Amino acid sequence: MAAVKTRSEVALNRTAIVAVLVVTIIFLAPIYWIASTAFKPRHLATTIPPTVMFEPEIGPFVKLFLRRSQLREQPTQEEYEAAPWWERLVFDGGEKVVRDGRGEVQLSGYPDRFANSLIVAVVSTVLAVGMGTLTAYGFSRFKVAGEQDWLFFILSTRMLPPVVVAIPMFLMYRVFGLNDTHIGLIILYTAFNLSFSVWLMKGFIDEIPKEYEEAALVDGYTRMQAFFKVVLPEAVTGIAATAVFCFIIAWNEYAFALIMTNRKAQTAPPFIPSQVGSGLPDWTVIAAGTFLFLLPVAIFTFLLRNHLLRGMSFGAIRK
Amino acid sequence: MAHIELRNISKTFGAKTALRGLDLEIEDGQFFVLLGETGAGKTTTLRIVAGLEKPSEGDVLIDGVNVNDWGAAERDVALVLQQYSLYPRYTVRENLEFPLKSRIRQVDAADIAERVDRVAKTLQITHLLDRKTDKLSGGEMQRVSIGRAIVRQPRVFLMDEPLSALDAKLREALRTELKNLQMNLGATFLFVTHDQVEAMSMGDRIGVLDRGKLVQVGTPAEVYGNPRNTFVAQSVGSPPMNLFDGKLSSGKAVADAGFSLPVAAKANGSTDGRQLTFGIRPEDMFLESGGQAKAEIHDIENHGVAKIVTLRAGETLFRLTTSARDSLAIDETVNFSWNPEKVVLFDKTSGMSLRHSA
Repeated sequence: MAAVKTRSEVALNRTAIVAVLVVTIIFLAPIYWIASTAFKPRHLATTIPPTVMFEPEIGPFVKLFLRRSQLREQPTQEEYEAAPWWERLVFDGGEKVVRDGRGEVQLSGYPDRFANSLIVAVVSTVLAVGMGTLTAYGFSRFKVAGEQDWLFFILSTRMLPPVVVAIPMFLMYRVFGLNDTHIGLIILYTAFNLSFSVWLMKGFIDEIPKEYEEAALVDGYTRMQAFFKVVLPEAVTGIAATAVFCFIIAWNEYAFALIMTNRKAQTAPPFIPSQVGSGLPDWTVIAAGTFLFLLPVAIFTFLLRNHLLRGMSFGAIRK
Repeated sequence: MAHIELRNISKTFGAKTALRGLDLEIEDGQFFVLLGETGAGKTTTLRIVAGLEKPSEGDVLIDGVNVNDWGAAERDVALVLQQYSLYPRYTVRENLEFPLKSRIRQVDAADIAERVDRVAKTLQITHLLDRKTDKLSGGEMQRVSIGRAIVRQPRVFLMDEPLSALDAKLREALRTELKNLQMNLGATFLFVTHDQVEAMSMGDRIGVLDRGKLVQVGTPAEVYGNPRNTFVAQSVGSPPMNLFDGKLSSGKAVADAGFSLPVAAKANGSTDGRQLTFGIRPEDMFLESGGQAKAEIHDIENHGVAKIVTLRAGETLFRLTTSARDSLAIDETVNFSWNPEKVVLFDKTSGMSLRHSA
């Protein structure tokens, strides 16, 4: 890199830095808002102007995971002192922890919903990317009769707004007993993401010179072995990028999850807003739920960031 | 090691014909070079032998066995390409081991290590063994790539312009090395190139391909001295053979360019009055003060060992080689002649050599 810069280049550079900062702040502001609210005491959550300085507490997270009910009468001094620290936090908020007949603490709906989200998103991503990669490889390397038409057909499944088919899907699912099941949502999300995954992966696989596999074929490997030993390692970048996209779509999906599930297989997106409606909303708990919900995508994307940087700049993988 | 035979091979890609009725025989232990321009069908021929492409018509025989239905893995051939021939993300050692680790070969680990070491020593790449392939220079890559072919001891070596991506010096060095290697191994090589120097210097036999048809097969000397048609005459040799249109009249070539010189070549059939093309190699033409033809000097290239002089007679440009010590000036008028024994006669319309056409 040349170190010599003209004055106008320096000015341009500074302007760019300022612009990037401004955009970053705008993008990160809601995330800061959610994150800070998740650690606020309840009475500070809705102050005007917003409270910036406060002592963070984990009460909202404790409450998020426990089933609670309104306290009719304050706990006695002994009750309060006998309670573990997390139960005291709930007492402090004017609520009590719900226990079943044997005195076992009842969990709120959140952990199950969170687990459902993870199961559905991970499985559907693995399926969509796996099937998509194999399909893309076929389209990329073999002569398929009507290849262009097939590819268009695959893409066309994405042209209809998904919600349009929600009611017919719901009725079909009812017949097949797939409503409110994990497998039902997984099938749905896989189908969603598959067309996207095929197209994206085809782009990446087209970039991998076919000479590599041919060398492997001549070296005594079968087509399948060549695919796994030579093509797949080269496609990792593309697979990572595609997986992140698919995972985000599946993780965030709201409309179908709302219609197709209600309890057993419900994912977090329809669950979190449903908590807003129940009585006077505790925004800190909702913020805690949202904050935790952000984490898996953030972590997943962070882990794959090196691949993503290369993967997003299509065509520049290797030349 | 093996004997290869291609019988009446044709290959079409959709509406495009890549190869037409190709017959080719490569003897055991022969270094066969297939020479042709881009799109002539060289690579297709190679891929058909490798089993990466199925011929639309015709048979491929290795050691007399028809291998049409065999996959690439079963044919036991090795392939070296111009580029992308090494597996990325693998080290040099892993690349060399890769063919030996194939399930169909079942080489045990100690044997693999020994063979890899031996090949690395032969090609002087031992110091590179633990390096990743993307950290290698072009020459080193091709060395490793050749190593990966040798390590398997295949029946046939197939090389698709392995030297074309290298710079001139390295290409020259590897050319010699590859030829020596082939002789030491006694292996059958099918080497594809568009570079006639590679063909001439390495091949035991050369096959010249023109737009999907094999025009001529022979030793380098045969192809060079006695080209079958004007296409071969111009694609083999640097500078290429000079061609003059004209007529033969009582033992003399009367060129349209405006000179006439004697011709000793015997031709089949009647030649008098027929439109002909006379072919003569640049080194068979001389600048002589007593020469019977005149031309102007158009350009002079000094190559150190010799000069290549471009002459202009009428509108026709042609070249001859002369000693580097001759002092010449551009636009000077000179006398020249040729060796009458070396003139090749072609039919002007068909381009076929009259020595071959009978």
